[in-house]
Amino acid sequence: MAEKVLMKGNEALAEAAITAGCRHYFGYPITPQTEVAAYMAKRMPKIGGTFLQAESEVAAINMVLGAAAAGVRSMTSSSSPGISLKSEGISYMAGCDVPAVIVNVERGGPGLGGIQPSQSDYFQATKGGGHGDYHLIVLAPASVQEMYSLTIKGFEIADNYRIPTMILTDGTIGQMMEPVSLDAVEVKQFDKPWSACGQRGRDHRNIINSLSLKPEELEQWNFDRYKRYEIVKEKEVMYEEFMMDDAEVCIVAFGIAARVSKNAIVEARKQGIKVGMIRPITLWPFPEKALKAAAEKCKAFVSVELSMGQMIDDVKLAIECKKPVLLCNRTGGMIMSPDEVVAKIVEASKM
Amino acid sequence: MDNKRVTLFSGHYGSGKTNVALNYAIYLKEKGVDVEIYDMDIVNPYFRTLDGKDMLDKHNIPLVVSDYANTNVDVPAMNSGAYRMIHDKSKAAVVDVGGDDRGALALGRFEKALKEENDFDMLLVINKYRFETQNAEDTLQIMKEIEYACKIPFTGIVNDSNLGKETTKETVLKSLEFANEVSKKTGLPIKFTCVERGLYDELKNEINNLVPIDVIHYGVWC
Repeated sequence: MAEKVLMKGNEALAEAAITAGCRHYFGYPITPQTEVAAYMAKRMPKIGGTFLQAESEVAAINMVLGAAAAGVRSMTSSSSPGISLKSEGISYMAGCDVPAVIVNVERGGPGLGGIQPSQSDYFQATKGGGHGDYHLIVLAPASVQEMYSLTIKGFEIADNYRIPTMILTDGTIGQMMEPVSLDAVEVKQFDKPWSACGQRGRDHRNIINSLSLKPEELEQWNFDRYKRYEIVKEKEVMYEEFMMDDAEVCIVAFGIAARVSKNAIVEARKQGIKVGMIRPITLWPFPEKALKAAAEKCKAFVSVELSMGQMIDDVKLAIECKKPVLLCNRTGGMIMSPDEVVAKIVEASKM
Repeated sequence: MDNKRVTLFSGHYGSGKTNVALNYAIYLKEKGVDVEIYDMDIVNPYFRTLDGKDMLDKHNIPLVVSDYANTNVDVPAMNSGAYRMIHDKSKAAVVDVGGDDRGALALGRFEKALKEENDFDMLLVINKYRFETQNAEDTLQIMKEIEYACKIPFTGIVNDSNLGKETTKETVLKSLEFANEVSKKTGLPIKFTCVERGLYDELKNEINNLVPIDVIHYGVWC
């Protein structure tokens, strides 16, 4: 294992993109993700890449669309309000089937909200945000190490399925500093015969487009895309189980809320409560099967989120409402304390 | 340790300036020096001096900080108290400067006052384990960028090499050669080396000018 270094989440994410072969970054500053852009501005010129601060978020996402359509790995990053601005472009990318990585280091909302951490863009990330029938693949790191590993994974998975992939993280994970091992990883590369990078002896030109003149054709595109989504749901679900072997109460949490929950679980177990956690690493596809299996043996669930309760809907759907699901949440930039989570665990254990 | 009236801590962000500055202010106070601390970070949205307010309160050390620190807005503002601290020569001042040249830019406005009084230390906080300052050359590069931004020359080095919660005795020992190289290349003395209090006893006989420090813990997540 490589010697560890100390990195900020945002730096680890940016370095991971470079390791994954991303040489085209288009962004616009916004707290708490600005270190990603600052890092790219410093590094890209040294390695023959392109860093471009666009005139707006809307411009940046369309530059990503263009670069991705030409077949190169490209990325943009922003924080919540900026992702709203990018949503039109993200929908176009989904419609064009071009792969790229979009990073959201979430802050409090709605509106201008605030710069402190949040997870309240869960719906936006997993259920659209932009218009039309589409999904993003959504990865949720819970440590600086995962900011590194999941960003690399994000580029691979996006290319493999031609689906834009979002790294959904929050200000705390973006700003926190932790030891990271930047192991030499073999990054998977994919041929892109569909890309618009010149005719190259083919008998036709590749066209990247989300517009179809015929409704029958557009419907077929949507059917085909959803077939790919089914494969992703089958093959790419990732989650971590923590102390689930004998658990009677199951916490579901991702990102920083999962880190707080781990502390709470250790504390609740000292009080004799059998509690564990399923931590979704892919928010879409959601680990439905794992949760459904947990519903067979657990008596209650607690969804721990930095939002007014968004993922909780997916928990209820996954377990088909067979067991009660409590919500433990803070919002507006606040983070729950382990004690607040323990209190909910106690409540759930009495159900 | 002798101290100047104003002690400025600057360096690459994430090197540990905030914890070093907090501990240095406490050290001065315990020595009987009338001291205040200023959080001059205009860059970082969170993880800043204000998080160590409990430690400072315990020692009755006033913290001067932008009203917008740790709030929901991102305003790179200075508190007017900074002017008083730099100009009021009756009290010692410890200044936690923001990281890199971007953070040090704010310090530039006090260049004239600091140079006229000529009673300051400008300390470069270094950490061998930060990704972008793992060797002396890269550390020097950031040092030059900071000096260019604020026009204030460094006068000494603080070796705060650490790997956060995973810091061990070896982590610190392995950083000594790096710190010496930075010192040699810059001609600046290593004023002190920091280590978290729990490791101090194991290392005190092996490192000159070793100082035990307490660091801010963010305990809600594991």
